[in-house]
Amino acid sequence: MLMGLYNYWIVVVLMMVGFYIVIAHGNLIKKIVGLSIFQTSVFIFYISMAKVDGGTAPILSDGISKYSNPLPHVLILTAIVVGIATTALGLALAVRIKEAYGSIEEEEIQKKDNLDC
Amino acid sequence: MLAHLPILQVIVPMMAAPLCLFLTRPRLVWLFALIVSGLAFLISCILLQQVMTSGAIIYELGGWDAPWGIEYRIDQLSAFLLLIISAVSTVVLFAAHTSIQKEIPVDRHTLFYILYLLSLAGMLGIVATGDAFNVFVFLEISSLSAYALIALGKDRRALWAAYQYLIMGTIGATFILIGIGLIYQMTGTLNMNDLSMRLPEVAHTRTVFTAFAFIIVGVCLKLALFPLHLWLPNAYAYAPSIITAFLAATATKVAIYLLIRFTFSVFGLSFSFTTLPLQILFVVLGLSGIFAASTAAIYQKNVKHLFAYSSIAQIGYMIVGFSVSTTTGLMATLLHLFNHALMKSALFLALAAVMYRIGGVQLSQFQGLGRQMPLTMAAIVIGGLSLIGVPLTVGFVSKWYLILAVIENGWWPVAVLILLGSLLAVVYVWRIVETAYFKPPLAGSEAIKEAPLSFLVPIWVLVIANIYFGIDTRLSIQVTQVAAQSLFGVGPP
Repeated sequence: MLMGLYNYWIVVVLMMVGFYIVIAHGNLIKKIVGLSIFQTSVFIFYISMAKVDGGTAPILSDGISKYSNPLPHVLILTAIVVGIATTALGLALAVRIKEAYGSIEEEEIQKKDNLDC
Repeated sequence: MLAHLPILQVIVPMMAAPLCLFLTRPRLVWLFALIVSGLAFLISCILLQQVMTSGAIIYELGGWDAPWGIEYRIDQLSAFLLLIISAVSTVVLFAAHTSIQKEIPVDRHTLFYILYLLSLAGMLGIVATGDAFNVFVFLEISSLSAYALIALGKDRRALWAAYQYLIMGTIGATFILIGIGLIYQMTGTLNMNDLSMRLPEVAHTRTVFTAFAFIIVGVCLKLALFPLHLWLPNAYAYAPSIITAFLAATATKVAIYLLIRFTFSVFGLSFSFTTLPLQILFVVLGLSGIFAASTAAIYQKNVKHLFAYSSIAQIGYMIVGFSVSTTTGLMATLLHLFNHALMKSALFLALAAVMYRIGGVQLSQFQGLGRQMPLTMAAIVIGGLSLIGVPLTVGFVSKWYLILAVIENGWWPVAVLILLGSLLAVVYVWRIVETAYFKPPLAGSEAIKEAPLSFLVPIWVLVIANIYFGIDTRLSIQVTQVAAQSLFGVGPP
C-alpha cells in the first residue's frame, strides 16, 4: 500500500509543500518558487498515472505489445510550457515591483500602499 | 468555409495577435485589432444563428474522430457566450485607441493590442472547445495575457494587483488541472461528451468525488465567488480602464460558463447536486457575496473599486440562480450573465471616459460632473439603474427571472434577501449620482469637457442595448431558454 503508491505520496507531499510556501511566505520570489513546486507535483501526478505495469516506452517496435500511455506525457509537455510562462511572468512582475516599491516583501508593499491611500 | 467557423472563431484572433507586430503605427494596429474582433463577432453571430436553427455544431480538429482528436462543440450555451464575449470585446476596443493614449506609453501600444487579442482568443477558446484539457490551455492563455494587461496600468499598485491575481489565478488553474487529471485517470478520456457518458459508471468512487471538488474550487477561484474574490477589486481598479471594461464583462462570465459546463454537461446534474451539498453551499455563498460585496461597495472612495465590488455582488446573483438548479434558475443565471456584461462594460467604459478627462476616478473628483460631462454621467446613471434592476432596463429582466425561479422553488426568504440586496445597490449608485449632480463643481475644473466621440459612441451603444434588451427580451430569453433546456436535456439537442 505504502510502497505501491510511492509516486502518489511524493505528489501529495510536494503539492502540500508548494501550496504552503505560496500561502505562508511573504517574499514574492519564494511565493513563485512555491507555485512552481505546486505545479511540478501535478506534472509528476500525470506522468505517474501514464505508467502501465510492464509496459515500455511508447515507441512502436516488433515484439512488444504493451506500451505506457503516451497521452499524459503530451499533456504535461503543454502544462510545463504553461508553467514556465507563468513563472517567467511572475518573476518579471517581481522585478517591476522591486523597481516601483523598492521591496519584494509582501508586508512592506502593503504598508506602502496603505500610506498612499 | 462555413463548416470551419468554430475553429475560425478562435484561430482568427489568435493568429492576428502576432501579426500586430508587423504594423508599426499604433493607429494601424488598433484598426487591425478592431477589424479582427469585429470578424470574431460576425462569426459568433453566424454560429448562434446556425445553432439556433439546426442544433449543436461539432467540429473535429484535423479530421480526427472525437474521443481521440480534439473536438470543438458549439451548442446554444457556447454560441451565446461567444456572442457576448466577441460583442463586448469589439465595442470596448472601439474606444481603446483614445483611452490608452493617456494611460499607456506609446511604445507599448502594439503590445497592448497583442495581449488583448490573445486574451480574447483564450476566452473564445474556452467556450468553443469540447475537450477538458484544451479548456485548461485556453484558460491559461487568457489568464496570462490578462495578468500582463493588468500590469500595464499606470499606478504602481497595478503591478501588485497583477501579481496577486497571478498567484490566485494559477492556483485556480492548477486545481482545475488536478481535477481533469483525476477524471482522466478514471475514465481514460478527455472529451467532455465522452466523459459525461463514462463518468456515471465510476461516479461512486472517491477519486471522482475529489476531482469534482478540485474543479469546483478552481473554477470558483476564477469566477471570484465570495470568499475567493480577494484578487478582483484591485485587479479591476488599477488595470488600464479599457481592460477593466473588457475583463469585467467577460472574464468572470467565462468562469461561470465553465462552472455550468462542468456541473451540468460533464459530471451531470444528479451527480453534481447530490454528492456535494452544492445547492445550500452556493445559496449561502451567493447571498453572503451579494451582501458583503454590496456593503463594501458603499464605502469605497474609488469609483472603479466601487463597481468592482458591485461585480462580485452580481456574481452572487448568478450563483444563486445556478444553485436553484431548475430550468428557470439557470435561465436567470444566463440572462444575468448577458445583462451584467452589458451593464458593466457600459459603466466601466464611462469610467474610462472620466479617467480620460480628469485623470482619476475618485468619488470626490466626480463633483459637478453631471453638468460638465452630461452624456457620460447619464450613461453611468442608466447603467446604475440597470444594476439596481429598475424596470425597462436589462437588470430588471434577469432579477425578475431570478426571483421567479427562487419562488418557484419555495425559497421565500431568499427572494426577500435578493430584493434587500438590490436596495444596497441603490445606496452605492445614489452616492455617485449625489456627488455628480448635487454638489458644486470643484474649483479649477471649468475646463473639463464632455468625453470625445470615440468614447461616447461605444458607451451609448451599450447603454441603448441596456434599454433595448430590457424592453424587447425576445432574443435573450429565447436563446437562454433553449440553452437552459438543452442543458437539462428536455429541449431539442
